[in-house]
Amino acid sequence: MTSKDSVIVDQPFVAQDQLGSHRPLWRITLTKFWQNRLAVIGLVLLSIIIISALLAPWIAPHDPNWQNLRMRLQPPSAEFWLGTDHLGRDIFSRLLFAGRVSLFVGFSAMLGAITIGTTLGAIAGYYGGRVDAFIMRTVDVVISFPSIFLLITLVAIFQPSIDKLILSFALLSWTGTARLVRGEFLTLKQREYVLAARTLGMSNMSIIFRQILPNAMGPIIVAATLAVGGFILAESALSFLGLGVQPPTASWGNMLTNAQSLNVFRNAWWYPTFPGLMIFITVLSFNFVGDGLRDALDPKVLER
Amino acid sequence: MFNYLLRRLITVIPILLGISIISFAIMQAAPGNPAVMTMDPTISAEARARQLEALGLNDPIPVQYVKWLSGVVRGDFGLSYTQRRPVMEMILERLPNTLLLMLVATILAMLVSIPIGIYQARKRGSALDYGATVFSFAGLAMPNFWLAMMLIMLLSVQMGWFPVGGVSTLGADFSILDRLHHLILPALVLATSDMAALTRYTRSSMIDVLNQDYIRTARAKGLVERTVVYRHGLRNGLIPIVTIFALMLPTMIGGSVIVETIFSWPGIGRMFISAVFERDYPVIMAITMIAAVLTVIGNLIADICYALLDPRIEY
Repeated sequence: MTSKDSVIVDQPFVAQDQLGSHRPLWRITLTKFWQNRLAVIGLVLLSIIIISALLAPWIAPHDPNWQNLRMRLQPPSAEFWLGTDHLGRDIFSRLLFAGRVSLFVGFSAMLGAITIGTTLGAIAGYYGGRVDAFIMRTVDVVISFPSIFLLITLVAIFQPSIDKLILSFALLSWTGTARLVRGEFLTLKQREYVLAARTLGMSNMSIIFRQILPNAMGPIIVAATLAVGGFILAESALSFLGLGVQPPTASWGNMLTNAQSLNVFRNAWWYPTFPGLMIFITVLSFNFVGDGLRDALDPKVLER
Repeated sequence: MFNYLLRRLITVIPILLGISIISFAIMQAAPGNPAVMTMDPTISAEARARQLEALGLNDPIPVQYVKWLSGVVRGDFGLSYTQRRPVMEMILERLPNTLLLMLVATILAMLVSIPIGIYQARKRGSALDYGATVFSFAGLAMPNFWLAMMLIMLLSVQMGWFPVGGVSTLGADFSILDRLHHLILPALVLATSDMAALTRYTRSSMIDVLNQDYIRTARAKGLVERTVVYRHGLRNGLIPIVTIFALMLPTMIGGSVIVETIFSWPGIGRMFISAVFERDYPVIMAITMIAAVLTVIGNLIADICYALLDPRIEY
């Protein structure tokens, strides 16, 4: 955030802070975030997951696509930490490389959806009138879309690929952010500093993006954090069905596609367990962090 | 009030039209025409042209859209490419299974979440409150297909307590117990995320209500805690929850795609997935439209319930 000053002026609770001292908002937010145990756990887990995905080529003990048919469905051991899959590939190494794909899809789709949603929401809220009505009616239509059906159809018809997956996610998921940002802009545009900016002759664009938007960043960051988890969940489901990331590229979801057999269920519990556990822990961590941020940014939630 | 309902109903029309146009456009943009692909490749060019004409595929696209839409309004989604049967007939065969699954899942979510949420609101900060909070976080982050796989692996395959899939035991006579036995796992998986969401909503809604002055009044005049919570508190606390139910409808339909596929449950979700792999466009479009209609209805019911239940809201 750049314009800290206006943020502080906007938040009267700073002055009523229990300690009575004036502390910058970001420090209050940070303190509140650190006091939230679940949020900190989430942040630590996320850091570990992201760093190990980034360092995958250096950490992975095996080539993730190396098939060793004599080593099929081996239980966890010193050589294969989390066991092997039905083609004798090392599950731990595949999880690391799959993490890169799944996280990349999650973050890219989030950036896309948040960018579209923020831009349209800001324009709708700032200009109001017909522009607003048009954008919000579009939101009504897109939000009523049964998105999973449309996603599956889109991906299946146009041959599944990572970039198409990201694009369809972004195009179908920007509506929540648009509503949120519009709401923020409706109130923020009434503030004195906006009037001041206008009096100074600033253009609408720079008022929207340089004056108002930084003050609306809090809720947007929260939505963005929660969105990454949501997209990772959606990607894994589509990939699991064979409609997302295509093999041999590993993603947490498509690693589970072939784990669905009686033989595996009977004799190789590790194979379906670990990829799903990774998705679960990752999404859970994003949700912990997102919720922690929301509470930390909410002036009504006091420090504990 | 009546005016509000009328206005709200009218907004549904452009939304459904928009959805129908977009899904029709996607089908048009699809590479390769499956209707042509399923034709016998040895037939003469004239016969092929005649068939195209008969199927209406030579018409301009807007004309095709209007023809398709006017059929849809009358419940006619055309013929399935693969089964050569009316799509509506195929859907009506499968829909009851999906609705049954959704109904049981909803009841399950309600029976579990509302009592837990109320308890959490009453005993805030207790161990059970904390546990239930973590549990609902977990429910929301759980990939439902993985939960399904884990349950099948542990409870069906290894323990042998539940069937692996299907609606009933093959060859067995109809029995309600057998049906329920097959229903439990899929319904549980379908309900999980809504259960988690509903618990959180109930908790926060009840906390809001129990902090209000009229509740303090009720306590002050010496009412039993049970009466205060369930008679006075619950009435207002349930208002936002009722709307959540209606909003659960769309997530349940979406979830049914995955749950039905994994549990080999013969409903429209599984039918949708096989239609996608077979590129059976009339079936895909029909199910998408039905899901859209249910989503819109869900939103509509939520708004109407809100208006009916909360006298503070004026229109």
